[in-house]
Amino acid sequence: MAETLAPIDSGLQAEEVKVTAGKKRAAALESLPDKVHTWPYLVRAEFIAGCVLILFLMIWSVTIDAPMEEPANPTKTPNPSKAPWYFLGLQEMLVYFDPWFAGVVAPSLIIVGLMVIPYVDINPNGNGYYTWRERKFAVGVFLFGFLVQWCSQIVIGVFLRGPGWNFFLPGQFWDPHKVVAMTNVDLPYLLGARTEVSQMLVGMALVAAYFSLIPLVWLLFKDRPVMKQLGAIRYGVVSFLFFTQMGIVVKMILRWTLSVKYIMVIPNIVNI
Amino acid sequence: MADSPTSPPPPEKKQSPLDRLLTSPVWRSIFRHGYEDTPRNRVLQVSANVWLHLHPSKTRRHGIRYRHTWCAGGLTFLLYLVTVVTGVVLMFYYRPVQEYAYWDVKYLDFDVPFGFLMRNMHRWAAHGMVLFIWLHMFRVFMTGSYKPPREFNWVVGVNLLVLTLLLSFTGYLLPWDQLAIWAVTVGTNMARATPLLGHQGPLGPQLGMTARYDARSFLTAGTLVGAPTLLRFYVLHCIFIPIIASVLMILHFWRIRKDGGISGPL
Repeated sequence: MAETLAPIDSGLQAEEVKVTAGKKRAAALESLPDKVHTWPYLVRAEFIAGCVLILFLMIWSVTIDAPMEEPANPTKTPNPSKAPWYFLGLQEMLVYFDPWFAGVVAPSLIIVGLMVIPYVDINPNGNGYYTWRERKFAVGVFLFGFLVQWCSQIVIGVFLRGPGWNFFLPGQFWDPHKVVAMTNVDLPYLLGARTEVSQMLVGMALVAAYFSLIPLVWLLFKDRPVMKQLGAIRYGVVSFLFFTQMGIVVKMILRWTLSVKYIMVIPNIVNI
Repeated sequence: MADSPTSPPPPEKKQSPLDRLLTSPVWRSIFRHGYEDTPRNRVLQVSANVWLHLHPSKTRRHGIRYRHTWCAGGLTFLLYLVTVVTGVVLMFYYRPVQEYAYWDVKYLDFDVPFGFLMRNMHRWAAHGMVLFIWLHMFRVFMTGSYKPPREFNWVVGVNLLVLTLLLSFTGYLLPWDQLAIWAVTVGTNMARATPLLGHQGPLGPQLGMTARYDARSFLTAGTLVGAPTLLRFYVLHCIFIPIIASVLMILHFWRIRKDGGISGPL
């Protein structure tokens, strides 16, 4: 009994200490004026941060040389050829999508999507302070997009992709002759469509079905107060961007689980 | 007798050289306010200084905390200034010509006094700028600072983000080594898949796009990354994008003030 009670007891004490410390801090904050002089308080903070950064940059630059390889040779393609690190999330998307989407449409949608955020996020809460509880959807989508879909893909592209853009674990030998089974098939073929025309129609139906979720969700939930506030146009923009963003995830999962190459194939025009 | 009005005034305290400098007509012609720590001087120190007057003379209390802003936006700007200064030094030695570019960079690295430091700082500051602009965007999103009345400044910021990536990307080509041309080849190859405007993009061929005349050849000034690409990227990197980015930065910083300063709980 004593053993089980002890940790609970000390836990309560720690909780009490936390509460009193929090109260003291809050009281101290209350006594400060709402605004402070920029000089010296803000300028000093900026000056210190700037000095630390410049010092760090100089030490880094003295000790680590900027990369410099052999002279450019258009006849000798290195394997792998990697874009600059900040674009490797997009290059990683080339595994799953054709260049028109991974290299052009996806980045354009990211830029446009970022720009429309202030105009479609009509939640007045969380303006000027950190909060998760008051804006779960916005923060959740942003964190997923930024950390999972952007940053982690960059880490994979920088560290885990070797010759032939094949996947290698850290420390694994980058074997340029690594054999990878090319077993990917198109989703309409998996579903039984065998002629070019039927595959094309099935593919188009699949994509149309996925995006028809947008009006479907609207019809089902349009009487909710959130949706009424949002309005049809803002809902359309948000849901199109959101479903496209999640569509990327859907295709990646289909690749990992069912080895799906394309969901929709329109020969000589467009593949998704 | 001591209190008699006829007694001579007490001898003045001897001024130190620093005091004399700070009260000299020349000094006062440059800095019109005193340096004594008074509320008035604290305000003037900011509002009477062309660089510091980007700031309001008083700041909301939470705005001066590192854990609120991470200083990410200011440090992005500082790194931009570092790349401008070091970049101008590099321009004295670098020629954007296929035959010379690589060897000019080698010359900078091995012969020019402090040339290696200028190039290394330029390169790493550019990478740091990309990193810090992402951190800044992350912070601004997480604090909801794009919400009214700051919507438009967020849009300006997204444009600055794109320009920063383009600055970094165009600079990537200039050393003209294997890393440079192949990274830029991978990057610009995407443009030939542009829908409608690329010769390998959806509906591109149907609209008459060819390898010699499409979105990619517009970027690279040819069918591959070659000498004309180097010159084109050099001009974009050193003149075109920095000017546009600088104009947007002025707008961005000005809008912070006009939109009510640092965001905070309403």
